[in-house]
Amino acid sequence: MLADISADAFAEAGRRYPDRVVNVGIREQLMVGVAGGLALAGQRPIVHSYAPFLVERAYEQIKLDLDHQGVGAVLVSIGASYDRAEAGRTHLAPADVALIDTLDGWTVHVPGHPDEVPDLLRDAVCGQHSTYLRLSLRSNRRAYPQAGGLQVVRDAGPGAALLVAVGPVLDAALAAVAGLPVTVAYTHRPRPFDVTGLRALAGGEVIVVEPYLAGTSTRVVAEALADRPHRLLSLGVGRAELRRYGTAEDHDRWHGLDPAGLRRAIGDFLAAGHHTGPS
Amino acid sequence: MTTPTATRPWGRTLPAPVVAPLERIRAGNAYDDNVYSTVDVHWVLYDRVLRVTPATVDDPDRDRFLLSKGHAVAGYYAVLAAKGFIPVDWLDDAGGPDSRLGGHPDRTLVPGVEIGSGSLGHGLGLGVGTALGLRAQGRTTPRVYVLLGDAELDEGSNHEAIAYAGATGLAGLTAIVVDNASASHGWPGGVATRFTVNGWTAATVDGHDHDALHAALTGHDGHRPHVVVAVDGPTPGSRS
Repeated sequence: MLADISADAFAEAGRRYPDRVVNVGIREQLMVGVAGGLALAGQRPIVHSYAPFLVERAYEQIKLDLDHQGVGAVLVSIGASYDRAEAGRTHLAPADVALIDTLDGWTVHVPGHPDEVPDLLRDAVCGQHSTYLRLSLRSNRRAYPQAGGLQVVRDAGPGAALLVAVGPVLDAALAAVAGLPVTVAYTHRPRPFDVTGLRALAGGEVIVVEPYLAGTSTRVVAEALADRPHRLLSLGVGRAELRRYGTAEDHDRWHGLDPAGLRRAIGDFLAAGHHTGPS
Repeated sequence: MTTPTATRPWGRTLPAPVVAPLERIRAGNAYDDNVYSTVDVHWVLYDRVLRVTPATVDDPDRDRFLLSKGHAVAGYYAVLAAKGFIPVDWLDDAGGPDSRLGGHPDRTLVPGVEIGSGSLGHGLGLGVGTALGLRAQGRTTPRVYVLLGDAELDEGSNHEAIAYAGATGLAGLTAIVVDNASASHGWPGGVATRFTVNGWTAATVDGHDHDALHAALTGHDGHRPHVVVAVDGPTPGSRS
């Protein structure tokens, strides 16, 4: 299911499967509604557009034409929080994962490298559940294709703080904690969040770095650790509209998601724990 | 058997088999006009048009009926009960804490109900998708019928679906618009023109004339989507 965005990329597939590649034009409500109808007829719809148009413009169709009908689909977005920063607010979607997270039972994949995508897409399409696959031009240097659960990529030993990096923020997070007593775990599947892995790895200090709205996973982490004293730092894209263009790297810096910004925030968080935490 | 004694303000009789179930679900309360404006369409569809029975509600080759204006639910439930899709005694506690019958229908709770609806402007997109899915599977027999209201057409999502279905000649789709002149700003030139300008065939008929409804509801030409405008009112044809 397409709404003009990326339609050229599917032209050849459309020639081969004219009944299975559907471009409805610039009509996102219809695109998701049609996906619901396709699913009701027994198909497995894959729905694609730019993140704000797919998730935010058509949110009620996602809620009612998929979830309320009891059917699933695979939503695949591009654009992420600010891949095209120069395009301005209309093309930024930092709240997409938070919005999907208002729904029940969705799987959310946020791959941090192109090589992580094929398996995620294949599994999603072959499954039955509703899945949101959030693609981005941003990438880590290395792929972790099996990182649905938390995968430790830097082990600082017992008692260290735990940093969870979601998707393409991993490299910046690793650079930020160089020399600090922080274990870093990576995941490209924030929903369902790997609660078991979190409980196994977390001590008293948890840092979550996400490439979308700051605090999106605060709820699930807090619930997972509700039975133990802990401090939590949630980093991500800020809520305020910056009204600035520039590049994605500029926005990383303005939102404190570049290595220097992350290190400042993490350093302050750890220092506060040493000053006020239990001895 | 109950005789068709229930009447509407302008004296027309209700379809006889739905009188008893409608009285049962009504439980002495008054209904909005939308119930009476739509019940004849429901009846003609289930009695004479739709190829679906209580035994075939999961048959992939059944016709689909999608109630988009989900508030027109009393007549719908009454017809489903009259035709044996749901037990008649379900009508007695509609809307209750243990009832499967809500003020808007839920497809996961009611046998034979194809979509959950209530928020206006969702049925036609779902109908387009259902028709596309059936076509992709090579199922040329089943037809998809979507029932809307003239006020519901205010929602822009309908116009996305009308334009797309017309432009692509989606032949397996019939929209039915019950026109009880309830759109706040009206539809100058008539409801049907919104469809025909996009390549649909259209028939505008008295929404309470069963034979006229039957002819219109089976009047598609097999090459493009079809709309039936079922006009409600005491004197059809006299309205501007």
